[in-house]
Amino acid sequence: MEDEIELKTAPADFRFPTTNQTRHCFTRYIEFHRCTTAKGEESNDCERFAKYYRALCPGEWVDKWNEQRESGTFPGPL
Amino acid sequence: MIVLKWLFLTISPCDAAEPWQLGSQDAATPIMQGIIDLHHDIFFFLILILVFVLWILVRALWHFHYKKNAIPQRIVHGTTIEILRTIFPSIISMFIAIPSFALLYSMDEVVVDPAITIKAIGHQWYRTYEYSDYNSSDEQSLTFDSYMIPEEDLELGQSRLLEVDNRVVVPAKTHLRIIVTSADVPHSWAVPSSGVKCDAVPGRLNQISILVQREGVYYGQCSEICGTNHAFTPIVVEAVPRKDYGSRVSNQLIPQTGEA
Repeated sequence: MEDEIELKTAPADFRFPTTNQTRHCFTRYIEFHRCTTAKGEESNDCERFAKYYRALCPGEWVDKWNEQRESGTFPGPL
Repeated sequence: MIVLKWLFLTISPCDAAEPWQLGSQDAATPIMQGIIDLHHDIFFFLILILVFVLWILVRALWHFHYKKNAIPQRIVHGTTIEILRTIFPSIISMFIAIPSFALLYSMDEVVVDPAITIKAIGHQWYRTYEYSDYNSSDEQSLTFDSYMIPEEDLELGQSRLLEVDNRVVVPAKTHLRIIVTSADVPHSWAVPSSGVKCDAVPGRLNQISILVQREGVYYGQCSEICGTNHAFTPIVVEAVPRKDYGSRVSNQLIPQTGEA
C-alpha cells in the first residue's frame, strides 16, 4: 500500500440524517444480503453494499448477525 | 525576523489539559472554533449584564443605607421601567440565541460526504478502533486496542493519565466520520480540542463528523462513568498529513495481521 490509499467510505445517507446511525448500519447489511439473494452470491454490484456495512458496523455486530443468519434466527427482513 | 518567527511561532498549541488552565484548549476543528467564538460572543453580554447589575446593586446599597436614608419608600409600580426591563433582556437573549442556534444547526449539517469512517468502541477499560474501509471480506479490518500507558511506564515529557500505546491516526484536512459505540457499559468519547464529546452507548452507533484542520496530537478522556478505571481510559488522536496517512495505517496493519 505504498501509493495513496483511496479515501472512500459509506456516504452520508439522507434516510438517516441524525446522529443515531444504528439503523443505517443495519439497513446496509440487509441491503447487501437482499442484493446477493436477488443477484447471486458472486455479483459485483452487491460489493458496494458490503463496503458500506463493513465501514459502518462494528465487527462484533457483523459476526453476530452472520451467526444468526446461519442459524436462521436473524431478526430482519432478509 | 525568521529567527523570531521560529522562536515564537513554534510554541506548541494547547491540545491537552494544562495545569491551572482557565480557557479552552486550542481549536483543531471548525466546530471547536465555533464553540470558542460563541463563548466570546456570550461572554461579552455576560460582562455587560454583570457590570450593570453590580452597578445598580452597589448604588442601591450606597444611597439607601439606613443611616443616610431612614425612611423607605413604598413603590410598587413603574410601568416604564417594567417595560424596559422586559424588552432589554429579550433583545440580549436574541443576540445570544442567534449565534448559538447557528452553531448548533451547522454542527449537525453534513455537507460533504466523509472520506473515512473510524469506529471507536468503548470497553471496560480501554478503547478499540476499527478502520474498515479497506476490507474485502468480513474479517481483516484494521482493528487495534488502545490502552492507557501506566504511570510507571511513562517516558520523560509524556502526560500522566493521558498517553496511550496505540493512537488513533487520522489524516488532517479530511472529513471524517467517527462512529462511537460501546461493547459493555456507557462510555463517552471526548476530545476537547476537536470540540467532540459523544456518548458511547451499547447497542447504538452515534455518528460525529469532524474535520481536523491541523496536524498534531490531541488528547481527551472518557467522559461517562464506566467503572473503576473510568479515569484511566484516555483518547489520543494523531492527525498526520494526508499523504502520510496511507503509510501510517499500513504500518499499523502489518503488526496487527501478524497477531490476527
